[in-house]
Amino acid sequence: MQHLIATIQENVATESTVTQPALLDFWTTVMMLSVLVGLTILLTIGQFLKRQPESNFDPAIIRNFNKRVITWLTICVLLVMSLLFNKTVTVVLFGLISLWALREFITMTPTRRGDHGTLFWLIVGFTPFQYVMVAMNYYDLYTIVIPVYASLFIPARIAFTGDHKRFLERSAKIQFGLLICVYALSHTPALLYLDLVYWDSAAQSHLPWTGKTAGLLFYFIVVVQVSDMLHFVWDRLAGKHVIAPAINSTKTWEGVIGAACCTTLFGMVIQFATPFTWYGAGFMALIISVMASSGSMTMSAIKRDRGVKDYGTLVQGHAGVLDRIDSVCFAAPIFFHATRFFLNAN
Amino acid sequence: MKQITVPFLVLLAKALSGATVRWVDCQPDTCQRVYFANHTSHLDALVLWASLPKPIRALTRPVAAADYWRGGPVRRYMARAFNALLIDRKKIKVHNSPIDMMLREIGDRESLIVFPEGGRNHTDEMKPFKSGLFYLAKKRPDLELVPVYIDNLNRVMPKGEFFPVPLLSCISIGAPMWLESGENKNEFLKRAQSAVLKMKDH
Repeated sequence: MQHLIATIQENVATESTVTQPALLDFWTTVMMLSVLVGLTILLTIGQFLKRQPESNFDPAIIRNFNKRVITWLTICVLLVMSLLFNKTVTVVLFGLISLWALREFITMTPTRRGDHGTLFWLIVGFTPFQYVMVAMNYYDLYTIVIPVYASLFIPARIAFTGDHKRFLERSAKIQFGLLICVYALSHTPALLYLDLVYWDSAAQSHLPWTGKTAGLLFYFIVVVQVSDMLHFVWDRLAGKHVIAPAINSTKTWEGVIGAACCTTLFGMVIQFATPFTWYGAGFMALIISVMASSGSMTMSAIKRDRGVKDYGTLVQGHAGVLDRIDSVCFAAPIFFHATRFFLNAN
Repeated sequence: MKQITVPFLVLLAKALSGATVRWVDCQPDTCQRVYFANHTSHLDALVLWASLPKPIRALTRPVAAADYWRGGPVRRYMARAFNALLIDRKKIKVHNSPIDMMLREIGDRESLIVFPEGGRNHTDEMKPFKSGLFYLAKKRPDLELVPVYIDNLNRVMPKGEFFPVPLLSCISIGAPMWLESGENKNEFLKRAQSAVLKMKDH
């Protein structure tokens, strides 16, 4: 009996020490604050440029820039606020972003009457389930359910409705939407649950990392955004060789390569909130940048196929969440798995 | 009770439909109007009504089918909550014309939401308009007739489905029209239908 009480007390004690330390430490806070300050400065610049005479700058570019900055400031503020609570709130936040992106994706993709039941189950079934699994840290489930089980469920559910017109096309579209908007994006909050080690050069071995995974999450988001921005800048300043004019007339090889190189350097500079060594951080930033470019190219191709320019303008007045997060979606699973592969503690 | 459920219903309708409202060549106004729209989903009346600004909503009554909205206590309650004007489709007779009833109900204050296709339509083509709109315009030439196109709501809740899928939809409200002098029924109904269709591509 004595022993039992002692165990319980011990459990309670560890429980409280587990919940006690917030998700933030010094370097994570530095990271978050600099992101917020940086975005606020960009916002000020954007608002200043908006008031300039139209002859100096292309107003369409300024508008686009301002829209991006405002969206990202909103997302970052929400993210910081959710991290001040706990991980679960952050997961819920990403779940809601996923739902909104999926909504935009399906709205844009023509589905048929027979797909209604399938879509219903994606929204009330697979999407919440995926994020619950992330929040409960069931790695084995959340990496498998959508790519395997959902991709079997979708065509089967459509087949049961008896509508065979463009069957493969519809199954593929729905599966792709789920994969990008929900599965891929859910790997971003999953970063919070990683248990990592770092390479200690003095000890010449891997030691448990004591930093906060919130810093890792912010590292990821910031690198994706900076990569997008640098891509844009390089396209404007040095863009000569357009990659695929039929898909996107502004994306150039110079943009991809320039962004990749500069992002690598940037990733090395802000490695302080991560468990990576400086070259590790550079390598991760390189992967993120390449994936981010691939993401926006892919989404451009889909948009071009559907004959829309922005997901946002498809239905007027909506912010077009999918336009903002396409690069995050593509980079998230790769960054997650690379980090886990090199630095997983278990 | 109604103070709580009505805002809740409005919020629910807006959340489920993700509706964007575009006032094209038309401004929100509390003057007496007849909003006429294409009909593809049971949610049409509720969503269109919910997307009007609050003071207008208070003066606007959707015309809906009694056989559907009297079926079951929830639907009955909802129909009362958004102040629907229920028409019994089976009992339409000369001496009991629904047009007269509508005009009697709205008096000189309220506006109406009607679906002149008569029933929900699950094809891409719009069904020809029923003549009710023409008689409304003829008996009350002062009413502004406002064409509305509801896009994508049929995918949110198609005919025969019970659960909605919350996609994004769009409601476009066009320029008011009136019955021209000397215009006959068919010409007028065709013009009204093309006014709705014009909003689709706008």
